[in-house]
Amino acid sequence: MSIDDVASLILLTLAATLRVATPLVLAAMGGLFSEKSGIIDVGLEGKMLMAAFFAAATAAVTDSAWLGLLAGIVAAEALALLHGFACITWRGNQVVSGVAINILAAGLTVVLGTAWFNRGGQTPALEGAGRLRPLFLPGAGDNILVYVALLSVPLTWWIIERTRFGLRLRAVGEMPLAVDTAGISVPWLRYRAVLLCGLFSGLAGAYLSIAENAEFSRDMTAGQGFIALAAIIFGKWRPFPAFGACLLFGLLDEVAIRLQGVRVPGVGEVPVQLIQALPYLLTVFLLAGLIGRAVAPKAAGVAYEKER
Amino acid sequence: MKSLIPPLVVLAALGTLIAPLAGSARAQTAIKPAIVYSTGGKFDKSFNEGVSQGAQKFNKETGIAVAEFEPNNETQFEQAQRRFAQRGQDPIVAVGFSQAVALEKVAKEFPNTRFTIIDSVVNLPNVQSTVFKEHEGSFLVGVLAALASKTGKIGFVGGMDIPLIRRFQCGFEQGIKWANPKAELLANMTGTTPAAWNDPGRGAELAKGQFDRGVDVVYAAAGSTGIGVLQAAADSGKLSIGVDSNQNHLHPGSVLTSMLKRVDLAAYNSFKAAQMGNWKGGTQVLGLKDGSVDWALDKDNEKLITPEMKAKVDEAKGDIESGKVVVHDYMSDNSCK
Repeated sequence: MSIDDVASLILLTLAATLRVATPLVLAAMGGLFSEKSGIIDVGLEGKMLMAAFFAAATAAVTDSAWLGLLAGIVAAEALALLHGFACITWRGNQVVSGVAINILAAGLTVVLGTAWFNRGGQTPALEGAGRLRPLFLPGAGDNILVYVALLSVPLTWWIIERTRFGLRLRAVGEMPLAVDTAGISVPWLRYRAVLLCGLFSGLAGAYLSIAENAEFSRDMTAGQGFIALAAIIFGKWRPFPAFGACLLFGLLDEVAIRLQGVRVPGVGEVPVQLIQALPYLLTVFLLAGLIGRAVAPKAAGVAYEKER
Repeated sequence: MKSLIPPLVVLAALGTLIAPLAGSARAQTAIKPAIVYSTGGKFDKSFNEGVSQGAQKFNKETGIAVAEFEPNNETQFEQAQRRFAQRGQDPIVAVGFSQAVALEKVAKEFPNTRFTIIDSVVNLPNVQSTVFKEHEGSFLVGVLAALASKTGKIGFVGGMDIPLIRRFQCGFEQGIKWANPKAELLANMTGTTPAAWNDPGRGAELAKGQFDRGVDVVYAAAGSTGIGVLQAAADSGKLSIGVDSNQNHLHPGSVLTSMLKRVDLAAYNSFKAAQMGNWKGGTQVLGLKDGSVDWALDKDNEKLITPEMKAKVDEAKGDIESGKVVVHDYMSDNSCK
């Protein structure tokens, strides 16, 4: 292998990493808003799945990727509102609501898909204008959502760290009583955070079905919502470290793909099972040693009850 | 998803109507056939869909409805088989190797119900086991892949990492080496759980990873996951090879060919034999000789297959049929030489 080959291989691996990490990044940024405001969001997975389904279904019917994207966002926002209604308005248990959303999405997407398209829960394959195409590098799959994901990280940081809304958001996640005392509505702040989360998870879901792939298939999120959640914790509830964690997960996944069947000098061919366990093993090691203590927003998971 | 299509009751009546009209030497009996699909789902455009096509053909010819069940996960196999047997469905086709354990149990409980299992062997008198020589069909598409590849690097994406899929890979590799000893095979397995049959996103990513390393023809033997592989090849301007059903039409001009495995006939023949009253248990091994595995040539891929390629693959086919070339079966010794 020449130097050029190695360089291009590294470049391609990086491009692939970004491609795989994009939905994680988007979902993690969404989750960050929600968690910063004190609303735990286990339902990221369900929101992504629902968005993926509605994006693919709409794009298949209308032959427009943009309408599909819009439908995906609306679907995720609907679930986000449901989560808000249960956890903010009715002060329900946030984890239970999130799990319920995941179950709802897993079932509803397949039922609707079977009823509408009669293909066992899949949507018809998208062609032409029904998909978001790569913008500059056809081989690398750099569609617009990849760039949106890259921009979402500094944007999230700026909103949370540098705006008045962000300050209040952090305050409501740490000590809602203080925010309430200052005369600011706790529910309204939290609703806005949950809706922002819906927006980003909608983009993440749509990316899966109409950009990266060309159709919806059941359970296509395959746990990525939970990985995004793990990335938030890895990043200690901060945008840039969470972004780093998403990239790390993406890179490990790509390396696992590329190492399969490769002969490592001195070791021979590495067993597939070991390669596939690698990302998880490294995650455990990293969690155990490297990142240190991760402290969640103090009021996360606690419903706010106004004193009378 | 539990799409249980209710069994039709009318059929018994219909059967008695048809029987005298048919006037054949052997009276046709009314049967209530059923299919339990594998976790890839009925619409995987590949393995399960092939079986479903066989059922449709039977339905069209005879008017007899076929009850179907698509399990969500492996734990539902036994439940589905037993429920069909309890409701008097007969014969029942179990699709996929992973149903063997469940079937062994259920077939013992219902000794008077006839079962057919595809891709695995269950040694019971009321079970008909149908297995295929996938290595022979894979050998042929391997020959085509080697001749179509410009880079000399060819990819393989398998579904779940099991000996059966290694058999596809091993036959494919032998075909490649037979046509071009210098060609190189890069192989990936999608996963080690049944979820690997139904992950098009991961399939696409595996294929793209192979393209990045110089692969320009990729063979998918991965159920629904293969849809992602074929899509990735079409997106990247590479060639792909489909499996089980004829998948040439999915991306005309990008799908080089498909390795046909006539699972449709396995289901169809079982139902037909039951109807004609000559259904038999036991194991049948179907291969190239009886046309049960083959490669697909139609209007969607005829431009991709040059006369030289066709001549070469016909030569390989003749050699295998005559016994001049013996394709090693991975499952005979769990190694690829």
